[in-house]
Amino acid sequence: MPIHDQGYRRYGGGKDARGQAWLVIARAGIKTMVARRLFLALLLVSWVRFLYECIRVYLATNFGQFSVLATTAQTFREFLEFQEVWVFFITIYVGAGLISNDRRANALQIYLSKPLTRFEYVAGKAATLAVFLLGVTWVPAMLLLIIQGLFAGSFAFVREHLFLLPAITVYAFLQVSLATFAMLALSSMSKSARFVGIMYAGLIFFTDAIFAMLKFLVKASSASLVSPTQNLAQLGDVIFRVPPRHDTPAVASLLVIVFLLVASIVILERKVRGVEVVA
Amino acid sequence: MVESSPSSETPSADAVVTLDGVSVAYGKALALREVTTSFRPGAVGLLGPNGAGKSTMIKALLGFIRPTEGTMRVLGLDVTTSPLEIRSRIGYMPENDGHIPGMNAVSFVAYCGELAGLRPVDAMQRAHEVLYYVGLGEARYRNVETYSTGMKQRIKLAQALVHDPDLLFLDEPTNGMDPKGRDEMLALIRDLGHNKGVNLILCSHLLPDVEHCCEHVVVMDKGRIATQGPIEELKGPKGHVFEIRAKDGHDRLVAACRAAGFECHETDQDVMRVFVPEGLGARDVFALAAREGLQLRHLRPSLPTLEDVFAKAVGDS
Repeated sequence: MPIHDQGYRRYGGGKDARGQAWLVIARAGIKTMVARRLFLALLLVSWVRFLYECIRVYLATNFGQFSVLATTAQTFREFLEFQEVWVFFITIYVGAGLISNDRRANALQIYLSKPLTRFEYVAGKAATLAVFLLGVTWVPAMLLLIIQGLFAGSFAFVREHLFLLPAITVYAFLQVSLATFAMLALSSMSKSARFVGIMYAGLIFFTDAIFAMLKFLVKASSASLVSPTQNLAQLGDVIFRVPPRHDTPAVASLLVIVFLLVASIVILERKVRGVEVVA
Repeated sequence: MVESSPSSETPSADAVVTLDGVSVAYGKALALREVTTSFRPGAVGLLGPNGAGKSTMIKALLGFIRPTEGTMRVLGLDVTTSPLEIRSRIGYMPENDGHIPGMNAVSFVAYCGELAGLRPVDAMQRAHEVLYYVGLGEARYRNVETYSTGMKQRIKLAQALVHDPDLLFLDEPTNGMDPKGRDEMLALIRDLGHNKGVNLILCSHLLPDVEHCCEHVVVMDKGRIATQGPIEELKGPKGHVFEIRAKDGHDRLVAACRAAGFECHETDQDVMRVFVPEGLGARDVFALAAREGLQLRHLRPSLPTLEDVFAKAVGDS
């Protein structure tokens, strides 16, 4: 008689309500990434600018001779713009394999045979990437706003620049959404994470190069429409109430961003399926 | 399978799966053609040659593919309107290798359990249990990507079982396994179907696998149901089966047998299986050969097998 029966037993426990699967996917994705030392190093490095800004705020608020470093709305604009470098690297590091690795390992049929929708699957994958991206954009920017108040001993700056709260939020979420969905769409199109990373980098650099070339040729910056990065920068200027850097109307830039988001979602809708039907 | 008569295709009330006039098309190619059938509780085999539409049927039942017409019900629920409820009560073992990259076996199976709604602690406990059950207890901390083909088959079964489904879809579960591993896998499937109260549909083109695990069978060919019913009944005692070999004139013997109303199936060697109708026997086979001037070098009584049922059904269809 065995001490412990290792045969199959029916499960008598409870089950969670449906609709939580995206959280399971996001949690697993985040856990996998955090377990990588290289990625942790990347995350740490991405917060260096935040530390620099903190020191700057401290000096400007506590020492008169550093008043030239005083925080303005432009500070937050510049901070988020600088963080785009880390958005780029984290998007490639985390996002490239999110769906492509699942496609390579035929995991989609496993996922979609469980009680979760394709939307939940994409939401879980998007959340994995978005959490890290918000962690290097929205979170430090908001913290910086709070720290400014704490170091200054009053929240007068925040009250005077109340628009910064929605501005930081809107811009950071726009930045993160575009990177997340563009990367997920690319990731759903290939079985190689490496190739996806190259495609994403190519998309960013190639469109920027075309913009630079057109700008040089036509001597006008309205060609910024061809570059997602430049459209985002143009919108950022408008959101943070600083003079726009390009001749392009902000609405046109917004439309380009919306188009890219919609195109990414359409690609995901077509590619994320339990079976790939080649008619 | 509900029907006792192979020709009957009427859905039954106690069936775990029913299909009513289901057609599935890949572009212009029809993979399922107005299929009407039902699968009774227990272990049911879904047999058919490659391209018969078995996997397509399973994928349609999972909601991966939308039929162009017809209705499907799984465990009494409509596939179109309640796909998530169905998927929470079924387990699917896909034909191709499939795993979540970068996970060890126990994390992978527990993760699948969580995706199916199990709480993390329960999922982990179940993962350990089912991994022991499928024979991967000692290898459960190894990365799935380092597994052999046989181990990958077992882990696919484990992930399908972790949330304790009421119905299992097993798509070619013994693919790529060595004989020992195959026997063990079949023993597991048989145990699940016969001793553990799990309903299962075993989709395979390997007749011995189905014969070993199932009492009922649905045979498909070219997107249609070729025959269906209890295996014993389909093999039915409606005459005698002989394995025969002629010295020369193999083709003449086949033609003569067929002309006399005997059903002949070729085997992989020069032996053929002849089905002699009730009331006739070995003497009649010898007499037939004598009339044709042929020498029979081998005649051995045999038993009808699922292979015969399959060959007949596929031949008929």
